[in-house]
Amino acid sequence: MLLYDTRYRSVTIQIVFLMLFMGAIAWLVDNTITNLAALNKNFSFDFLWESAGYDINQTLIEYDNQMSHGRAMFVGLLNTLLVAVLGCALATVVGVLAGMLRLSKNWLTARLLAVYVEVFRNIPTLLWILIFFAIMTEATPSPREFRGDDPAASMLLGDAVAISNRGVYIPAVEFARGLGTLNLHYFNISLNALAVIGVIALSFYANGRLLAHATRVQNATGVRPVTWWKSVLLLVTPLLVMLYALDAGLDYPALRGFNFGGGTHLRNSLIALTLGLGIYTGAFVAEIVRSGILAVSRGQSEAAAALGLKPNLTMRLVILPQALRIIIPPLISQYLNLTKNTSLALAVGYMDLRSTLGGITINQTGRELEGMMLLMLIYLIISLLISGAMNVYNSRIKLKER
Amino acid sequence: MKKTAFLGALAAAGLAAGVASAQTLEEVQERGELNCGVNTGLAGFAAPDANGVWQGFDVAVCRAVAAAVLDDPQAINFVPLTGQTRFSALASGEIDMLARNTTWTFTRDADLGFTFVGINYYDGQGFMIRRDYGIGSALELDGATVCIQTGTTTELNLADFFRSNNMEYEPVPIETNAEAQQQYLAGACDVYTTDSSGLAATRASFETPEDHVILPEIISKEPLGPVVREGDEEWGDIVRWTLNALIAAEELGVTSANIAELAEGTDRPEVNRLLGTEGNFGEVLGLDSDWAVRAIAANGNYGEIFASTIGEQTPIGLSRGLNAQWTQGGLMYAPPFR
Repeated sequence: MLLYDTRYRSVTIQIVFLMLFMGAIAWLVDNTITNLAALNKNFSFDFLWESAGYDINQTLIEYDNQMSHGRAMFVGLLNTLLVAVLGCALATVVGVLAGMLRLSKNWLTARLLAVYVEVFRNIPTLLWILIFFAIMTEATPSPREFRGDDPAASMLLGDAVAISNRGVYIPAVEFARGLGTLNLHYFNISLNALAVIGVIALSFYANGRLLAHATRVQNATGVRPVTWWKSVLLLVTPLLVMLYALDAGLDYPALRGFNFGGGTHLRNSLIALTLGLGIYTGAFVAEIVRSGILAVSRGQSEAAAALGLKPNLTMRLVILPQALRIIIPPLISQYLNLTKNTSLALAVGYMDLRSTLGGITINQTGRELEGMMLLMLIYLIISLLISGAMNVYNSRIKLKER
Repeated sequence: MKKTAFLGALAAAGLAAGVASAQTLEEVQERGELNCGVNTGLAGFAAPDANGVWQGFDVAVCRAVAAAVLDDPQAINFVPLTGQTRFSALASGEIDMLARNTTWTFTRDADLGFTFVGINYYDGQGFMIRRDYGIGSALELDGATVCIQTGTTTELNLADFFRSNNMEYEPVPIETNAEAQQQYLAGACDVYTTDSSGLAATRASFETPEDHVILPEIISKEPLGPVVREGDEEWGDIVRWTLNALIAAEELGVTSANIAELAEGTDRPEVNRLLGTEGNFGEVLGLDSDWAVRAIAANGNYGEIFASTIGEQTPIGLSRGLNAQWTQGGLMYAPPFR
């Protein structure tokens, strides 16, 4: 009988299941269309081209309230990416340090970091964000307290940095001699910033070539040429020349009207979000790093010791390269988690993608369905990009089998 | 609150099997409870009292509708909603009506698929600032940091106001009135802006209300009123005429004190029609003839509700102003019960 034919049975079950699945999707789509029609709503993304009408405090590109909802969405997206990058960087630094120090033979260091890991990873990240935000707003002076002849609060580092309950103001680099801006239709790129970034990138590239050359010489002759002063020269001189050529100076924050003006304003929401996400995720990264190091068999470090390698060289040359292979895959998930958790920004009024497109825009236009779908699509794309990039890195460092 | 927004969006996306159709009245009567969307907490308008019972000006509208429809002003399930979640909740059918100081605008009425059944408070957007700033006008606010509830019309008015006066500001978006209050008091923003009734209510809950001033400029029209879904005219009529009954009752001198007596029948035909001793208005609405009597008896007429929740005798201390009856120079004007 056909029923007892495993091939027939498995194919039949798969076909039936596929049809049920497609039926469910069709029902959902149909139901959505019917319900939208009942509510007198159509499905359209036209709202993205309408004037947004609301202001955003932190804008990385030019924006004002007459620009479109699409533009506001883009501003929000950049804010999301900014906090994701800062958070991931912080999580990596904190996590790697904490993970390695947790294995320290120093009892106090190891225990302190164990406490850090357990406290941070066992309390929801939203609470950490809110705590950092509360500390920033409640425990710091308001700009008014910096005013007067005998102010209650004063700026730090020779009047360069102001920590207030509106955020931290730091000096900004400004160029007296400008190269102008590059107009890319949707946004302008400062050619000065581009030139500085280009010079830094070139310096690093040249330094990389120098070190590669040193390694080749070392492999050929057994003696590594002294490179440190060449490296310093390569990394620092071009940048200084460039800054001098552009007549770079510092724009210090100063009290103007209600608030500090000038300088760069790091808002409390950004700081709280970065710290909350970074330190929380750092606790997970620490555990990943620790497990990666512990997973490298003890024989490896014993063999390295037998060859006469010092402990720090053992760590750098033997343990870490092998541990990285174990560390990277779970680290990808942590980066993805952190990026998705940036949508908690709303809680501290940080204008990320969720707050602009998924919040105000949806609310003002009533396009919940379209907005939410777009939001999901964008987060999906960001996550896939991160995961793709990390997978490329992973395949580069993983054990090469030849 | 995120959950509500998400559920609302999901439901709006059609995952909820049923759609909000023309049966709200039957649904409410079958459920025996009115789902009423209110503010998450704004003293005088909608806030739970010490016993956990919701009280306030907007709450009174819910109570009147519940009394008219269910004969029990307490049979209400209050759903606290933020500026962002309120419309999804209404569109998805999570609530039957929204009484959450919501501004009647063209887009919300015509484009979002809602019906504003009337206006229970004529408001306008204002600014509150600490008195010791020494600022006397909103035009001096250039460069200020402004706390603002996100998802509201105030957000757009604020942008327009500063733009048209060529001033700069730093918006601090905040989800609820309580958070805004905390941020403002902590000094994280110089100014708090919302409807001036909301400012008065917020200021009344401060420890030292006299340290804060509400600036004289009113930068927008904010007609606030109850909202229902579009497409259920029967239910819309019930909420609309319940509100009108409260307003008309004040005009006609029907109060919670004399309503029992007047409901016996009077020699004034309009009072009789309102209170159901003449005509069949209740039946037309799908209710019984005493509907308006119950609605008015629940909290009194419009004037009584105003006086007991936000009026000059309360800590909120709002004067009637635009919200006086049309006969007394205000804008409150109920269409005739005829």
